Amino acid sequence: MAETSEIDVAYVAKLARLNLSDEETRLFQKQLGDVLKYAEKLREVDVSDVEAAAHAIPVFNVFREDEPRDWFTAEEALSNAPRKANNLFIVTKVVE
Amino acid sequence: MSRPDLPALTIAELQPLLRRREISPREVLDVLRTRIADVDGKIDAYLSIDFDAAAKEAEKADVDLPLGGVPIAIKDIINVAGQPCTCASKILRNYRAPYDATVIRRLRAAGAIPFGKTNMDEFAMGSSTENSSVKLTRNPWELARVPGGSSGGSAAAIAADAAFGALGTDTGGSIRQPASLTGVVGLKPSYGRVSRFGLVAFASSLDQVGPLTKTVRDSALIMNAIAGADPQDSTCLNEPVPDYLEALDRDLKGIRLGLPKEYMIEGIDPQVKAAIDAAIKQLQSLGAEVVEVSLPHTDYGIAAYYFLATAEASANLARFDGVRYGYRAENPRDMLDHYGRTREEGFGQEVKRRIILGTYVLSSGYYDAYYLRAQKVRELIRQDFARAFEKVDAIVCPTSPVPAFKLGERTADPLQMYLADVFTSTGNLAGICGISVPCGFAQVNGKQLPIGLQLLGKALDEARIFQIAHAYEQSTDWHKARPKL
Repeated sequence: MAETSEIDVAYVAKLARLNLSDEETRLFQKQLGDVLKYAEKLREVDVSDVEAAAHAIPVFNVFREDEPRDWFTAEEALSNAPRKANNLFIVTKVVE
Repeated sequence: MSRPDLPALTIAELQPLLRRREISPREVLDVLRTRIADVDGKIDAYLSIDFDAAAKEAEKADVDLPLGGVPIAIKDIINVAGQPCTCASKILRNYRAPYDATVIRRLRAAGAIPFGKTNMDEFAMGSSTENSSVKLTRNPWELARVPGGSSGGSAAAIAADAAFGALGTDTGGSIRQPASLTGVVGLKPSYGRVSRFGLVAFASSLDQVGPLTKTVRDSALIMNAIAGADPQDSTCLNEPVPDYLEALDRDLKGIRLGLPKEYMIEGIDPQVKAAIDAAIKQLQSLGAEVVEVSLPHTDYGIAAYYFLATAEASANLARFDGVRYGYRAENPRDMLDHYGRTREEGFGQEVKRRIILGTYVLSSGYYDAYYLRAQKVRELIRQDFARAFEKVDAIVCPTSPVPAFKLGERTADPLQMYLADVFTSTGNLAGICGISVPCGFAQVNGKQLPIGLQLLGKALDEARIFQIAHAYEQSTDWHKARPKL
């Protein structure tokens, strides 16, 4: 297991597309350092022959008929959009 | 029946009055409205209520349906068509649900009236409801204390007779712990027992919707309405749903209960321990046999839970990008600025903290050490329970190691808050069901604070824990106690 308290909050915040204030960055650095230190106890567990459980109750291959049915109209789908026009979402410019 | 007593009735007590036409659904709603006006200023359980829409439904309610004419409060993380669904977050402050969650559709089909949305920790992340971006909810038993969380609004509303029944959600204890801290009944169904369609996702492999009620019978009534397969949630199990009411009146002869030796940890409040010990004696006197069982990986539960829950949350909350719905930052320079500031301004501190932790444990170089290892520990915890359930029908333990703590007492130290889930989060990791029922009071500075007994059952064995919880409840008077407001 890697050294635990080495979390770089500012770097992770960039990965998460989440701006943080300097104060929040410092606070999280300390608090998450404490959480990671507490979680070091997971290192004690022998997991060498254990399969990872993504779900408690595994379910595989859930199929249904591919039948069209009524669902949102464009208007309903756009009803909560922060900006919209002509039945489209207006997004921030991505390319020059 | 004098009208002033009406809000204190259970759903099962209300139903015959409705069916005999001694009271109409409209009158029930009006009485509840008056009660909420009287007490909600003190406890702040509700975020939004639409009495006009509810009144229209009450006029046409079929009282002969299983929940006909019964108003039900809904945690503000479950979509109710036309109503706000804010998750107590600034980022969804103006959001209105365009559709009904499956559980809401099923409540309506059973005749119930979803009338109001209850406060919660933002995106269900917390154990005290203090992470709501809107307001604090107070514990009806002592207003200076938390109601627990994250379903604190639903729990406080039930405890204060400001709802007949409520829905909450439980990812690591968020139904059971507030039920325990406010002296009501809270059921976390087995993973896959109840549809998650229309529930705003926090940790998809752990989240379940379940009832908060005044009694075990009411909990069973609501489960009869909401449980069962849903083509819109592929993780919802295609297994038959028994009639949960049928299980209730069986006695406890031959029932074997397991007491996990790992659960009597240091740090458990002596009054909680005494109440649990007394409850175990009571269960024995009702005919149950109690044996010691071992859940050796209990101590690793919280650490594994917080890695897995935050990892899933960091992925689920990526959808809040200010494009299709929700808050969007003003005048972004470019797309990165748009995302970064929308999320900075829209999310509260605990949500940000969990997104950071979850992103970190999934990030390159740390995935195996943290996320994958936590999943393996999850499997060991699942096996612990499977072994225990070979020997016993259910496990008995406290719901929370402490009674309700004071507002502000734990907010500065996230780790202390996370430890509130020590007896509940392993149940979510293992996918089993659990219920909290009132089992006594702690006396703290002259105030009575409720204590909850937790019963954990095998996956899909809700009928069994209902049976045990009901037998216990009916042999005690704890569920009849009410706070003075």
